[in-house]
Amino acid sequence: MLLQARGLSKNFSGLVAVNSVDLDVAEGELLAIVGPNGAGKSVLFALISGIMKATGGSVYFRGEEITGLKPHLIARKGIGRTFQTTALFNQLRVVDNLAIGYRMRTSSGLFSTLLRTGKWREDTRRTMTRVAEVLEIIGLKEKAFHFASTLTQAEQRKLAIGIALMGYPKLLLLDEPTGGLTEEDTREISGLIARLHKDLKITICLIEHKMRMVMELAQRIVVLNFGSIIAEGAPEKIARDPKVIEAYLGVEHIADSQ
Amino acid sequence: MNIRLKGRWWYLAIFLVAIALPHIVTSRYVGQIIIMGYLFSIATLSLNLILGYAGQASLAHAGFFGIGAYGVGLLTKGGVSFWIALPLSASLAAAIGFLVGLPTLRTRGSYFAISTLCLGVIISIVAGNWVQLTGGYTGVVGIPTPTPIRVPWTVEIRFDSLLAQYYLVLAFLILTMFAMHRIVHSLTGISFMAVRNNEMLAEAAGIDTFRVKLTAFVIADFFAGLAGGLYASIMGSISPSTASMELTFNWLVYLLIGGAATLGGPIIGAFVIPIIMESLQFLAQYRMLIFGVLLIVVIIYFPRGAMGAILQLGEKWRREWRKRQEEGPRVAASQRP
Repeated sequence: MLLQARGLSKNFSGLVAVNSVDLDVAEGELLAIVGPNGAGKSVLFALISGIMKATGGSVYFRGEEITGLKPHLIARKGIGRTFQTTALFNQLRVVDNLAIGYRMRTSSGLFSTLLRTGKWREDTRRTMTRVAEVLEIIGLKEKAFHFASTLTQAEQRKLAIGIALMGYPKLLLLDEPTGGLTEEDTREISGLIARLHKDLKITICLIEHKMRMVMELAQRIVVLNFGSIIAEGAPEKIARDPKVIEAYLGVEHIADSQ
Repeated sequence: MNIRLKGRWWYLAIFLVAIALPHIVTSRYVGQIIIMGYLFSIATLSLNLILGYAGQASLAHAGFFGIGAYGVGLLTKGGVSFWIALPLSASLAAAIGFLVGLPTLRTRGSYFAISTLCLGVIISIVAGNWVQLTGGYTGVVGIPTPTPIRVPWTVEIRFDSLLAQYYLVLAFLILTMFAMHRIVHSLTGISFMAVRNNEMLAEAAGIDTFRVKLTAFVIADFFAGLAGGLYASIMGSISPSTASMELTFNWLVYLLIGGAATLGGPIIGAFVIPIIMESLQFLAQYRMLIFGVLLIVVIIYFPRGAMGAILQLGEKWRREWRKRQEEGPRVAASQRP
């Protein structure tokens, strides 16, 4: 198993956001996590990536415990992630946004920076090479020197994925990569995700609301409701699961009554 | 990457003006003001690194300036060479910055500003009350000018004339700018800006944000101490007001109006603001009202200050020019029969 969560819980002073979740992600898998709003999907990602501290349970990545590690250390171990509300360095250019994602793979410090030593030049060169590669993968070559804030919605999503890709992650956690996008843009991003999975052999775990996309893309689906896993399995099986239908109908009822 | 080679000509032009300046301006008074401007430029440039680039509001900056000043003042009075006392005092400021940063930079947002605000006050109180060491509120007087440099077989460079002091301070300003330029235009500098821009994303993208902030803070404090040490040796006397809050806030105004997160901004601010201040002398304390309004206007409409506005204008002109260049041949082509 690439990633294992055991009894993972998060408690916000009484409110249980994630309730003793056991999650296994196999190497090479494309897993989707679905569930109604407030089911605890994003919190689950935050716990795995170290953005939030779990109140219980543990996480193992490639057999090594990573519970409670700082986010940057977890990223260095090979877990890249994006955020639900598109998070970019919007004051910086696209190339600089990407370069930040590779900083964890270079080590030139202050003195080599001041003296511009061979090591500094080598690190800069390696970063630029990787930036060019990732620009190619995410298809943002033309926008390389634009400021991130000037990109379109879809481009911003691509860049967010690009930043996470820079450090050669083994596992990508994508939190609603197509949320709020048009149908056309959604297809483009899901195409990108499929390519990352197939061509680059990156294990992917994504949170998604668009069921059609999930059904097409995912090999396995985990359904979360009220912080607990209520179902998991192949897409066809999940689509027929009465508990899942109920959870989703419940949400629709609430949505209708508003 | 941010590395752009354009604008080298500007550097050269400004450098030549700076070299020639003391021969054009012969007034002792103006000379002293310019030296002061250079010293405060170094201080503001270093504040720019932690506040402008890394986005952490260090309000103890004059405190670190004071540590450098007292360090050099006391050491050189005790017979230590200026050339040893200066790096030693700047390193002391950096070391204190490191110790203070260890607990305070773990927090996010305004906590760091509040803790450094307190630190700034503490440093100036210590300077005023540790009488045996600092001489209390009378301060340290009779600090010797920088120790002469003896160049073998030729001359001895002495620093007791205003002209020599001018070039000494200019040399340190250039050194500071050089260091800042290299830091800012590198992966290190980009990670500073990443932390300022989106700390959580930077952390998730593998940046050790605590370490980045600590690095920026320590470098900033080193250069603040350096500026303070130079100040002590050139002014000849220092007092607790050398480490006062007021000085920090002056630099903050220089930085914000001159242009945070630009390399030219702090220098523009450190020269332009004191000149405006002097020329508005007749308004007495009411000029603070003008500064208040000016500050608000600049922050809202020119978030990167005067330098940001200049860069924007330059960009606009360049675009216009390019457009005209592209349109030129097209017009010519369409006119062809």
